[in-house]
Amino acid sequence: MNKNILIVGVGGQGTLLASKIMGNAANLLGLDVKISEVHGMAQRGGSVVTHVKMGERVFAPVVAKGGADYILAFEKLEAARYTEFLKEGGTIIANKKEIYPMPVIIGAAEYPKDIIEKLKESFKVVEIDAESVALELKNPRCANVVMVGALLKRMGVSLDIALSALKESVKPEFFAVNAEAMKRGYGIG
Amino acid sequence: MKKLLLGNAAIARGAYEAGVKVASAYPGTPSTEISEELAKYPEVYCEWAPNEKVAVEVALGASVAGARALACMKHVGVNVAADPIFTAAYTGVSGGLVIVAADDPGMHSSQNEQDSRYYALSAHIPMLEPGDSAECKEFTKLAFEISEKYDTPVFLRTTTRVAHSQDAVELGERGEIPLKPYLKDVAKYTMMPSSAIKRHIEVEKRENRLISDLADFDINRAEINNTSLGVVCSGVVYQYVKEALPEASVLKLGIVYPIDIERIKAFAAKVERLVVIEELEPIFETAIKAAGIACEGKNLFSVQGELSAAAIKNKLLGEPVKTNELSLPVRPPVMCAGCPHRGVFYMLSKLKLRVNADIGCYTLGAQPPLNSVDTVVCMGASIGMAHGFDKAGAAGGVAVIGDSTFIHSGITGLVNAVYNGSDITVLILDNSTTGMTGHQHHPATGKTLKNQGAKVLNLYELVRAVGVEDIKTVDAYDLAAVEAAVKSALEFKGVSVVIVKRPCALILKKREPEYFIENCKRCGACLKIGCPAIRKEKDGTAVIAMGQCAGCGVCAALCKFSAIKRSQNE
Repeated sequence: MNKNILIVGVGGQGTLLASKIMGNAANLLGLDVKISEVHGMAQRGGSVVTHVKMGERVFAPVVAKGGADYILAFEKLEAARYTEFLKEGGTIIANKKEIYPMPVIIGAAEYPKDIIEKLKESFKVVEIDAESVALELKNPRCANVVMVGALLKRMGVSLDIALSALKESVKPEFFAVNAEAMKRGYGIG
Repeated sequence: MKKLLLGNAAIARGAYEAGVKVASAYPGTPSTEISEELAKYPEVYCEWAPNEKVAVEVALGASVAGARALACMKHVGVNVAADPIFTAAYTGVSGGLVIVAADDPGMHSSQNEQDSRYYALSAHIPMLEPGDSAECKEFTKLAFEISEKYDTPVFLRTTTRVAHSQDAVELGERGEIPLKPYLKDVAKYTMMPSSAIKRHIEVEKRENRLISDLADFDINRAEINNTSLGVVCSGVVYQYVKEALPEASVLKLGIVYPIDIERIKAFAAKVERLVVIEELEPIFETAIKAAGIACEGKNLFSVQGELSAAAIKNKLLGEPVKTNELSLPVRPPVMCAGCPHRGVFYMLSKLKLRVNADIGCYTLGAQPPLNSVDTVVCMGASIGMAHGFDKAGAAGGVAVIGDSTFIHSGITGLVNAVYNGSDITVLILDNSTTGMTGHQHHPATGKTLKNQGAKVLNLYELVRAVGVEDIKTVDAYDLAAVEAAVKSALEFKGVSVVIVKRPCALILKKREPEYFIENCKRCGACLKIGCPAIRKEKDGTAVIAMGQCAGCGVCAALCKFSAIKRSQNE
């Protein structure tokens, strides 16, 4: 399995944990894997992108434009920002959530309307309300794991592997609630 | 056992396995995690130094004392540390000494994109450059061996994509390297003209020795495939080349200084077209051309930004690079909700003051809607530049600097301003941490890198000892107090300092009750502070997003209609 995944969102949404789970899943599948992360300034509420590449032999740690099988977007506007990375026939899995960027907050720009509908005109798009699922689980912070669950299901990775990967990625005390999130995400995907 | 490791964690692992005993660093993206990871190994003494110069001096001291030592910094930190580095090339080492220089092509989190390989050239210090995490570990270990064998400090150069990418690394055991006995050797370690003249000769000798041994190093390797195209590259660029041009022949340089010209010559003779692909400066290309070997390089690739597999395919195969057709609002980084810097910059903007700012999260005060910053150059520059403005006759400004940055290199600027009779106002934004790099301790936080208790540097007493006569301390959330303190400081003739205190909103354990808006009059006052938790609805009403408010109350202080209220439930 050769898969290139772009995980995008807003700094602070948990893209690093998501990529860690993906990396551990690839490791459990016996695949070569590379992950490229963003640290530092961009993490302060900026647009962030994490690259996950897995396969028999991975060279570049970043996905080339036009090379992503999946874009996992934690925020709608960010789903639209990186579409040039998507492969022909690739899939965008987008969270319903809207987070206004500063130009929108101060009225210098408008938050684009109907982003998902527009993306659907050109790409395969799956929309997920990860926030609501996380709120049902009384843990808004685990929306990222819901999203990862949905992605792993689509990639054909077994729930067993998904949960094992999760276990290696979070502290033991946070495993139970995140495992629920993973299962719910897996159910949606 | 194989484990997924960040490049930086792999460097830490490599240093650990190499038996490193002492490590010192100042945080800086993309190098910070090396120290944070190394701190987890109890066998290694590991510290945050106030700046990179001190870090290198500590590591050099440990090396001369006989221990393996490491100093880590981002590329611009090498500028700060350049003084001891250049002369450490003359003294050489006892225990292995490795200096990590982490470059940031593309400036993900930096103020410039200088190429640290020039330091290797100009200081005559060997430099290794890994291209993934597995190499980060192996090259770090090799760097210690080269350091001891050739009696020289060794640079390990990374770039952001190597430092912050993860791949599988085979873990090994720690080799216990006994401390070498310390031998007083004035001719080697006391650099004054009489001894330094002789040591400079040694620098040239050992460099020539290393050059003649380069053929023995397999981290410089040629992969001969199709010979119509041969590429010379190093580091992460090798990965891009392998992905973009799987058929091409490749010469990968693991040792990027001294440059292995003999191997390049042999490689060039085997291929029809030789292309040098390197990020940033044409350093290999210049050396190759100087050796009389024909090649291409910067005629194809920019000296700016990062390279990528797509860029290489574009330039060498003519494949177009995909672009995004959508026009979308940008999402720049912002100060977090509850950030103690926000109110200060709002106030400085309101007072229409010129702001000489500095390096840290508060650099974001330059962005709309605060638009409050005039200059940002390097660590500590705010105070020196404000003094320069003053001496040039430009009044009406302040210097703004964070606590960690002030300790790093603001203190000397303040000493200078007092000594030379400046009339400036300095705001020290004391958020009790090194914020931008991800919350590292510093001398004023009371904790060490290993999270042990430490003496607390008292900023107020320090500023007073320097000779500042007008010092005030205010709470960053108290806008009226900030305004009054800044106004009074500006009136004071001489150097005045306002210490604006409040811990970073991200390190607070206790959550404050959130604020909410009731009967909004749509005046827009609360939107002027640029808080990510407040948004404007289509009808102009301001709304605070539940779960995002940090409870700082700065917006409430600005609402003339008292429409912003603190919720009762904790």
